[in-house]
Amino acid sequence: MPDTSPLTARPLRVTLFASCMVDQLAPGVGFSAVEVLEHLGVQVDFPGDQTCCGQPAFNSGFRSQALPVATRFIELFENVDGPIVVPSGSCAAMVRNYYGDLFDRDPGLLERARRVGERLYEFTEFIDKFFGTDAIRGSLDDSVTYHKSCHLLREIGIDGPPLELLSNVEGLTLTPLNRADVCCGFGGAFSVKMPDISSAILNEKLDNIVQTGAKSVVAADTGCVFQMQGGLRRRGSSVRVVHIAEILADSIRSTGPDR
Amino acid sequence: MKPQTTHFRFKASQTLVNDQIQQSLEHVYTGFHEGRLTAAANTDNWEELRTKGKAIKDHTIAHLDHYLDLLADSVEKNGGHVFFADDAEEARQHILGLAKANDVKTVIKSKSMVSEEMALADALIDAGIEAVETDLGEYIIQLAGETPYHLIAPAVHKSRKDVAALLSDDFKDGDPVPDAVQLTRMARSKLRAVFERADMSVTGVNFAVAESGSIALVTNEGNGRMSTSVPRIHVAVMGMEKIVPSIQDLSTMLRILIRSATGQRISTYVTMVNGPRKPDEEDGPEEFHLVIMNNGRDRLLAETRMRESLNCIRCGACLNACPVYRKVGGHAYGWVYPGPIGSIVSPVLTGLKDASNLPNASSLCGACHSACPVKINIPRMLLELRWRTAEGKVDARERTSSIKERAVWKAWRFGMMGRRRFDLGARVARIMIRPLSRGGWIKKAPPPISGWTVTRDFPLISPKSLKSLLSVRTKHTKRDLD
Repeated sequence: MPDTSPLTARPLRVTLFASCMVDQLAPGVGFSAVEVLEHLGVQVDFPGDQTCCGQPAFNSGFRSQALPVATRFIELFENVDGPIVVPSGSCAAMVRNYYGDLFDRDPGLLERARRVGERLYEFTEFIDKFFGTDAIRGSLDDSVTYHKSCHLLREIGIDGPPLELLSNVEGLTLTPLNRADVCCGFGGAFSVKMPDISSAILNEKLDNIVQTGAKSVVAADTGCVFQMQGGLRRRGSSVRVVHIAEILADSIRSTGPDR
Repeated sequence: MKPQTTHFRFKASQTLVNDQIQQSLEHVYTGFHEGRLTAAANTDNWEELRTKGKAIKDHTIAHLDHYLDLLADSVEKNGGHVFFADDAEEARQHILGLAKANDVKTVIKSKSMVSEEMALADALIDAGIEAVETDLGEYIIQLAGETPYHLIAPAVHKSRKDVAALLSDDFKDGDPVPDAVQLTRMARSKLRAVFERADMSVTGVNFAVAESGSIALVTNEGNGRMSTSVPRIHVAVMGMEKIVPSIQDLSTMLRILIRSATGQRISTYVTMVNGPRKPDEEDGPEEFHLVIMNNGRDRLLAETRMRESLNCIRCGACLNACPVYRKVGGHAYGWVYPGPIGSIVSPVLTGLKDASNLPNASSLCGACHSACPVKINIPRMLLELRWRTAEGKVDARERTSSIKERAVWKAWRFGMMGRRRFDLGARVARIMIRPLSRGGWIKKAPPPISGWTVTRDFPLISPKSLKSLLSVRTKHTKRDLD
């Protein structure tokens, strides 16, 4: 677990781990995260060699394929100083909670993984811990609801910060989502392996979303974003699904560069 | 009970399109799950109790041999008999033997999942003994010829109309549907007579207290207690993990069990049985037998990564919290224990090869872990079992992954081991699937993601990676500065 001591020095420089999915499928999310972090006065480094933390293979049971990819992740990120920020609670959970199981036969790697994990923060967790959820003074005319992405909520244990960040955006109407903490049915390979079950879970989520009347749904993980957006599009719904980094970046853009 | 874990997908797909069952499963959330949340919120030291409960179970399971010896001694001191059954067959034969030796004609059963492992009621009936379930839910299930749908609510998938038709031969389609009180009366009128003629009872055990030799039974119907007191022989059956060291520990465990199961602070009945009737007592059975069953639990005990599953107190909270259980229902899991806990214990107890779909039937959302009163990390064990089915590293015979699947992950690894391959792979994939897309989304994707697009659009890979977007931006910023 990362250090939970009270806020001390605000980092001036962080390293962004985009996650493979953001990097290739939703670069706008990563771009937005950079903008928000810079808005907070943080310089963002992006190691160009990064790919993936290994979670997709690990969660599918293919640990021998995940192992070298995760080892590569550690080698890359143990050489950078300061906090590492990732706009995904799921990737953060992989590194912080599951590298232990992946490296359990290699005490050396286990310790190196632990040290990287200590410096790795999910995006909203990082903002909350070092700057506070009122540090971004943006405004946006939109009506949204928030889906509590599972791994951020239950694996990392972050519940309040994303909602606080949203409620601090001026002009934003935030409608509570019924059963916000129930999974959207994504689950990585599960969504493809057992599509009928995944979709049944999604349908319940989408019904609850539509019921809020909000124009957009915010989530904190790209997997949830694609699952919900893919389902809403198929329904012919105009409700947009956005990552929390995107909506925060939008709120800054519409406010202008002055702070 | 004969495992049918191979049928998971088929059974699940049947339930997904059954509107009546889907409606019934909704109560699992609004009734049990929300009830538990309220009960937890109203309990000041809830998290403390969970921590304590986990510590009690961790300690007991780590010293299980000691506490089993102690329990057996205590029960015998109280005048009871103890039988250790290595598997369901041994347990079944022992109980059948007891029934025959005592010329038993009628057995009343109280709710017990362990007796489902033995398929005990059927075995008794096959031996010519009348065996009747007396827990209302179990009775309904017995009449329907089914197996329990849920750990604590075996007939949760039945509508009131279904129940009426099962309880009354006269009930016809179109008749007014009786309410719950009327249905209970109908069952009671049938069951009373059975109680009166029963000469043996079989009950479960929620907790067995090692130091005192007591067993505790938690029920919301009086039939459980009546089963322990009316017939002349009482046989209690338990899995060997259902043990707590002391009465103090029992107090903690009851608090978390009942709140987690139904949201009640305490159940209508908590029955403590301390062996057979003593010479100076008026009520109670003449004989008390405790059957302690292994049935594969030693395998869970031996595997450090699976051992925590023996901490389970069968409250059902993980089922109620699970979005998958609430869609596929209890029968899909194919053996005694449904839901997330079933997905980790059934594969080990009945064979992972046949049950390989179970650990994969999860979005890994973690709701089970959060709900568990003794904090069992179920997702972690699902992942452990997925690893075994994917790679067969623990036992080669457990590997069920296809050659295609293995090739996909091998290729994935290759693609992730270098940034240029990663970018090239993404660009090639984009070129290949782009003709299928409109407005950045794909309506019908090829394998291996064809399953996705049956119900959802799939996003097209971005024309530029984040890396290239950021490098362009950095160049611009530099130019601006110049």
